[in-house]
Amino acid sequence: MSILAPFETVIGLEVHVELHTKSKIFCGCSTSFGAPPNTHTCPVCLGHPGVLPVLNRQAVEYAMKAAMALNCEIAEWCKFDRKNYFYPDSPKAYQISQYDQPIGSRGWIDIEVDGKTKRIGITRLHLEEDAGKLTHIDGGFGSLADFNRVGTPLVEIVSEPDIRSPEEAKAYLEKLRAIMQYCDVSDVKMEEGSLRCDANISLRPRGQEAFGTRAELKNMNSFRGVQRGLEYEQVRQAEILESGGEVVQETRRWDEAQGKTFTMRGKEEAHDYRYFPDPDLVRLHIDEEWRERVRATIPELPDARQQRYAQQFGLPSYDAGVLTSQIKLADFFEESLKYTSDAKASANWIMGDLLGYLNANNLELADVRITGQGLGEMIGLIEKGTISSKIAKTVFKAMLESGKSPQRIVEEQGLVQISDESAIVAIVDAVIAANPQSVEDYRGGKDKAIGFLVGQIMKETKGKANPGMVNKLLLERLKA
Amino acid sequence: MSITVKDVEHVANLARLELAEAEKERLAVELNAILKYAEKLNELDTEGVEPTSHVLPLYNVMREDEVRESLPLDKVMANAPEEEDGHIKVPAVLD
Repeated sequence: MSILAPFETVIGLEVHVELHTKSKIFCGCSTSFGAPPNTHTCPVCLGHPGVLPVLNRQAVEYAMKAAMALNCEIAEWCKFDRKNYFYPDSPKAYQISQYDQPIGSRGWIDIEVDGKTKRIGITRLHLEEDAGKLTHIDGGFGSLADFNRVGTPLVEIVSEPDIRSPEEAKAYLEKLRAIMQYCDVSDVKMEEGSLRCDANISLRPRGQEAFGTRAELKNMNSFRGVQRGLEYEQVRQAEILESGGEVVQETRRWDEAQGKTFTMRGKEEAHDYRYFPDPDLVRLHIDEEWRERVRATIPELPDARQQRYAQQFGLPSYDAGVLTSQIKLADFFEESLKYTSDAKASANWIMGDLLGYLNANNLELADVRITGQGLGEMIGLIEKGTISSKIAKTVFKAMLESGKSPQRIVEEQGLVQISDESAIVAIVDAVIAANPQSVEDYRGGKDKAIGFLVGQIMKETKGKANPGMVNKLLLERLKA
Repeated sequence: MSITVKDVEHVANLARLELAEAEKERLAVELNAILKYAEKLNELDTEGVEPTSHVLPLYNVMREDEVRESLPLDKVMANAPEEEDGHIKVPAVLD
């Protein structure tokens, strides 16, 4: 960290979010992911001569919704422009985008890092079409183009250079993802490419106002990748500056496997996109009535929900933040509260056992079968004393895998807690009789010996004995 | 501003065109003539005329978000230089 001490890091992020419309932005081809190559293409998205693009109304409304959720101003008038470049991922040799009249501008979001809230400005949000996917054949024998993704509607969200560390970049990205999820405009899955992130990063001596020379970072395919790529890059730049060198303005590719960034080859010539208004598309006019109608569809957003959880359920801000970081998690939590009033218990199960399981197995909530209702009912069973907290762990795991109700799991597996005093007494007596040495040890002052005896009782009852009663009855007998 | 051979080379490069020296010279002359022709527009008095990006007085021409049938793959591939596993094969490019 010391090498970074003399410098301040300045980061701006460019995020592309695929809008989950059913059809493409300018034609009726399906946008569904995973179809056989080139089967979702037509003369419009293949760029055949003489075709006319027609704008998808839903794509515009999703972009408006996303822009407003990011506190952007919505342009009353805007237009579409052609960004010209030759590359085999684009059959038209231009991308339809918005150059100088983005649909949204001057927005912001709040992020939280180390318990402090910070506002990150959003320069602009514009609507454009996605490019195709290229696969490169090993050995340089050619490239394979799949144009299914060509024409998928995208919004590009450009932040102000307000981000000061890789951690802030990650927090910004996570908040952005949450907001897009809440608005239900995108699947925002980085692994499927429906959320993609490029970064501009530069260093400047602390106290200096002018920005240093920046590098543009590409190919960071996960949230962790973004943070790691930026961490690597700030050290790389600091080392250059410390040794009296100069940072070269260039595009660099993050290599996840090697954990390094590399200069991107083949694009040494400066871009000259020759933007001009697309003559095939007429202007877009968003009047107040349309704008407000779309604004009314924006649901309660993560920040508001986090505050509500803290106030309504008395949850710590951290817990509320974790629960609201994904809309599905927040909905799961609220569903559970229809079946239990113990919000803190539900939060603990979600943050501990549920997220622990999902993270350990690299799964998402949608991949497991447990329901909010199941969790709520399970907490109810603990409160009633039907099962112990320890047994609940087993029940929880079974719910994750089978989706069965906790009552059914308890019945099927015979997990009902033994709280019948006479039954427990019998087992306690048997264990005491079978382990005279441990009893003697305990009475001789070795407190630890009681742990062994409790363990034996739990083993006899397959963990089902009420732990409080076991402790109480065992102590009564040992001290007798 | 007039078009030089250097400008022609730049534009040709952007358009991935390979031009012979004689073609560059000829195109420089032709492009200058075209620009000169377009310069006539500068003679118009546009005082008080709102700038526009389109010649039609239309706006908000949109379609509903409905999926329509795509082209059959053999039709898609009819214009492909080469095909491999349903992909269009092109000369190698580097990212």
